[in-house]
Amino acid sequence: MFADWFASRGWSPRRHQLEMIAAAEAGSHALLVAPTGGGKTLAGFLPSLVELAERGPRPAFGPGSGVHTLYLSPLKALTTDVERNLMTPIREIGLNIHVESRTGDTKQSKKARQREFPPDILLTTPEQLALFCAWDGAREYFADLKCVVLDEVHAIWSGKRGDLLSLGLGRLQQFAPGMRRVALSATVDDPEMIAGWLRPGRPSTAARSPYPFHGEGTARPVSSLSRSDGEGDHAKHGGGVDRDVTIVRGDPGAPPVIDVLVSEGHVPWAGHTGQHAIPEVYEALKRSGMTLIFVNTRWQAEFVFQSLWAINEDDLPIALHHGSLAAEQRRKVEAAMARGDLRAVVCTSTLDLGIDWGDVDLVIQLAAPKGASRLVQRIGRANHRLDEPSRALMVPASRFEMLECQAAREAVAANAFDWEPVHTGTLDTLAQHVMGCACSEPFAMDDLYTEITGCGPYRGLTYEQFEEVVDLVATGGYALRTYERFARIVRTRDGKWTVRNAQTAQRHRMNVGTIVAAATLNVRIASRRGASLGGASKQLIGGRKVGEAEENYFEQMSPGDTFVFAGQVWAFQGINGMDALVTHAQDKDPKIPSWGGSKFPMSTSLADRVRAMIQDRDHWRVLPPDVQEWLELQAARSVIPDAETLLVETFPRGSRHFLVAYPFEGGLAHGTLCMLLTRRLDRLGVGPLGFVCTDYSLAIWSIKPMDGLDLGALFEPDMLGDDLESWLAESFMMKRTFRNCALISGLIEKRQPGNEKTGRQVTFSTDLIYDVLRRHQPDHLLLKTARADAAAGLLDVARLGQLLTRIKGQIRHVPLERPSPFCVPVLVQIGRERVGGGQAAEMILDASAYGFDEADLIAEVMADAPPELAGAE
Amino acid sequence: MNAALRQALSPARCPSGGLRVHIEGEPCVLRCSGALWVLNHRTLIAADLHLEKGSAFAARGQMLPPYDSRATLDRLEAEIDALQPAAVVLLGDSFHDARSVGRMAADDKARLDRLAAGRDWIWLEGNHDIAALAGAMDDLVGEVVETMALGSLRLIHEPQPSVQPGEIAGHLHPAARVAAHGRGVRRPCFVTDGRRAVLPAFGAFTGGLDVRDPAIAGLFAEPPMAAALGRDRVHALAWETLR
Repeated sequence: MFADWFASRGWSPRRHQLEMIAAAEAGSHALLVAPTGGGKTLAGFLPSLVELAERGPRPAFGPGSGVHTLYLSPLKALTTDVERNLMTPIREIGLNIHVESRTGDTKQSKKARQREFPPDILLTTPEQLALFCAWDGAREYFADLKCVVLDEVHAIWSGKRGDLLSLGLGRLQQFAPGMRRVALSATVDDPEMIAGWLRPGRPSTAARSPYPFHGEGTARPVSSLSRSDGEGDHAKHGGGVDRDVTIVRGDPGAPPVIDVLVSEGHVPWAGHTGQHAIPEVYEALKRSGMTLIFVNTRWQAEFVFQSLWAINEDDLPIALHHGSLAAEQRRKVEAAMARGDLRAVVCTSTLDLGIDWGDVDLVIQLAAPKGASRLVQRIGRANHRLDEPSRALMVPASRFEMLECQAAREAVAANAFDWEPVHTGTLDTLAQHVMGCACSEPFAMDDLYTEITGCGPYRGLTYEQFEEVVDLVATGGYALRTYERFARIVRTRDGKWTVRNAQTAQRHRMNVGTIVAAATLNVRIASRRGASLGGASKQLIGGRKVGEAEENYFEQMSPGDTFVFAGQVWAFQGINGMDALVTHAQDKDPKIPSWGGSKFPMSTSLADRVRAMIQDRDHWRVLPPDVQEWLELQAARSVIPDAETLLVETFPRGSRHFLVAYPFEGGLAHGTLCMLLTRRLDRLGVGPLGFVCTDYSLAIWSIKPMDGLDLGALFEPDMLGDDLESWLAESFMMKRTFRNCALISGLIEKRQPGNEKTGRQVTFSTDLIYDVLRRHQPDHLLLKTARADAAAGLLDVARLGQLLTRIKGQIRHVPLERPSPFCVPVLVQIGRERVGGGQAAEMILDASAYGFDEADLIAEVMADAPPELAGAE
Repeated sequence: MNAALRQALSPARCPSGGLRVHIEGEPCVLRCSGALWVLNHRTLIAADLHLEKGSAFAARGQMLPPYDSRATLDRLEAEIDALQPAAVVLLGDSFHDARSVGRMAADDKARLDRLAAGRDWIWLEGNHDIAALAGAMDDLVGEVVETMALGSLRLIHEPQPSVQPGEIAGHLHPAARVAAHGRGVRRPCFVTDGRRAVLPAFGAFTGGLDVRDPAIAGLFAEPPMAAALGRDRVHALAWETLR
């Protein structure tokens, strides 16, 4: 039947599609690793389609009437796309298979119907899975589940969404022990890592697994000795646990053709927008069919979009696509792409993932690619045909970026992908899951612990940690035990935990799946509501929604400030609740420069390649002449560092003294390093004033010279101890991170029946909670979680640690009279930070305050103060 | 700050970091803690303590840390130790809800009683705690009043409309926001024009209302001064710099 269908379309099933069917027949879990365009999604579904085609009539209710296959995709849009693509073979072969999708946008009536009459194949998102886990009766609903298909798993497995997904899978496996797990991934460096994440239960050979079960070999607390353990658990899990994951590799496509655009033979010294190359990018568009122009930040997308339209003499249909635009507007752009109405789309990572948006002819990566895997993923957008090479053009915005582009090009040619660090399951996410489980049905501690430690990221969870999480869910996890009577989950008579009452469960379900994004405001066009009654002053109200942007972007703005958003210049008018109100602005030049550092730091493996390239003179020949000259000049004026040493230059300039270092470890690690270095420099009395960093280097300036310092001691790795700890505790970023952990864990609920708490209100109160908690219970689970999150994510502490270890005893200090060629990019970089840390807020307040200087004002007022008041305070 | 406002307030920095001003002629210090110190009467005034706000949320299923009462009492105790007031006036909404007194941890309650010993201790009624005060008078040290006069000042929980010379009120939780270097800073603040004043909330978990909100700004005929609480000093902010 399927062979006929393939033949009718002039296709033959691909090798990997047949291997996926074979894996299914063997009852094995499967991970398909294949490049884009290889019929990956169909390969994931084929075994289910075959099974469903061969089954007999489906009972209307009772056993066998439930969902057969659950498909989970990280993007809502992907589910509708897949639904469409899946319906084609089903219709053409004439199969009686019922497919439906379910996302946050699905109508309530349809959702209710799906609960009564489950489709054969249900297409949804990980957030919905988290909600299913909290359903009353989830166990019955999924009892017939045979297969779960995870699409684009490489994009999701290693974060909090991946944690929640893994826990959800563990739950489903309990409901349907025979369920097979099928994951579809783009090409990755180490498929074994994802296979280890996917595999249910504890690995039989711990040594081989990237997720060793840490609990094994450590002493168990006496209280848990009575638990069933070992083989007995497996029987409870059923067959799914014992089976391994079959890794199926798709055929590599034709190698991509990647060019680097060197504008008029020159690469600019510094910059990050690629502005210089816009005319040539435009020429490239004119010569090509549909082109995707990838940039790294949404503000860069806005900038490039504006710049292209400024010279768009042929009126080419060029569109904009990024995460801040209103969903409706994005859908319009996507539809126009699919129809082939557009010539180019300027986009961010929103178009990285799998949807097939019509025929893309060329991919332009404007500014540095940051990692080989991301680059391959993006290039794969062009030409979804395996046998034809994809075409891509990289446009470096500066000379270091030129090195990075060249390194990325070589990495792609060598099939060297970026690797990801092992990710340990987060406890705030676990808290959310535990609450969901209690909302669904009562759970016994030991059973749930066994289930959770069978989930990839949580294999190392100790029983004590688990108890701590359950305590957090129940009463907030406080040492002061005054909340027992308010507990959200309570013990039943047989010792199981269950949700306190129906309202508590309802509130949890409203908040479930919250993997928090930064607080965003709706950007709306303001209109003046006429004063109808009593002549009260006219008030601005929000009209049409233009998009969404992070709240903190507007924190620095005053009414009247102009900025670029959604391809236009707007004047900011003020904030009203969850809305940032804007009006059309007359100026062409926005007052507030829209900039943002790259969200993604340069990957470790790409950084290694860049360092290797710099020290290898023979390698320089592949670079444009002006970049070669720049490297030669650096060799003459300063030194070219070898790959293992850290070059540190110091020089005076104006009234300040500079220290510039070149670790090439990415912006996040550099930012953290600068914060810690300036603390030390402050203690050393050199008066650090500010710093700035890029993905390649960092610069710090100070009042006194820094060339006499013991640099070995300055860069001593022990800064990651107390220095990091004390800086973190005060840091604004830590409060943000804590807020997210509090929301994810359910300690604070974002949504309550009847009213939605705005991000603004949540931020404000969680700051106060953070301060009080830090003072009174510094070892609270959520504080520890927030610290770990900050260290792993925003601070890149692991990478900084590797850097400091790598360069220990390997610092090459070069005192200079004037700036070196290498230091130019960092010195002209925007986004300078003033040294201040915890003091910054006080400095801002002080700078805004009247000059009530103690000395002169006390004198002024004391001159006529009544004598009895003098010194009365 | 215009000359008239400056004249009315005649502000000066105190060594403690507080700001000395005159309200309806009465010399007062705007303390860093958010309390008001009325010099001539040796009276400490603090508004909106919202004790047991954490447990009030916990009772409704949001497990905020149970440490807010002790954090608030820590700060109140520090002020009492520093100033040795003859009288302490709590300007209403001292308790978050009607059952707050019953939920207080025993040692927090004992500390409250100890602080009140040996001085006048006055609870003004607020909208949040009128029931708590009525229900717990046997358990609490001090006396409960609706409003009271203190020199040229008149103390009340909720600011009254129109011109109210000498009125000292709370209730509104004023907060001021300034921005610089791409960052905004928002802090609780006093608001005063030299004739009346609104105090910031003293409680550890109390949020704020922007001072430019009509509910606060509307109390003043001319732009008043917003005095924001810094770490170790009170910052007098120009109305036009507020964001």
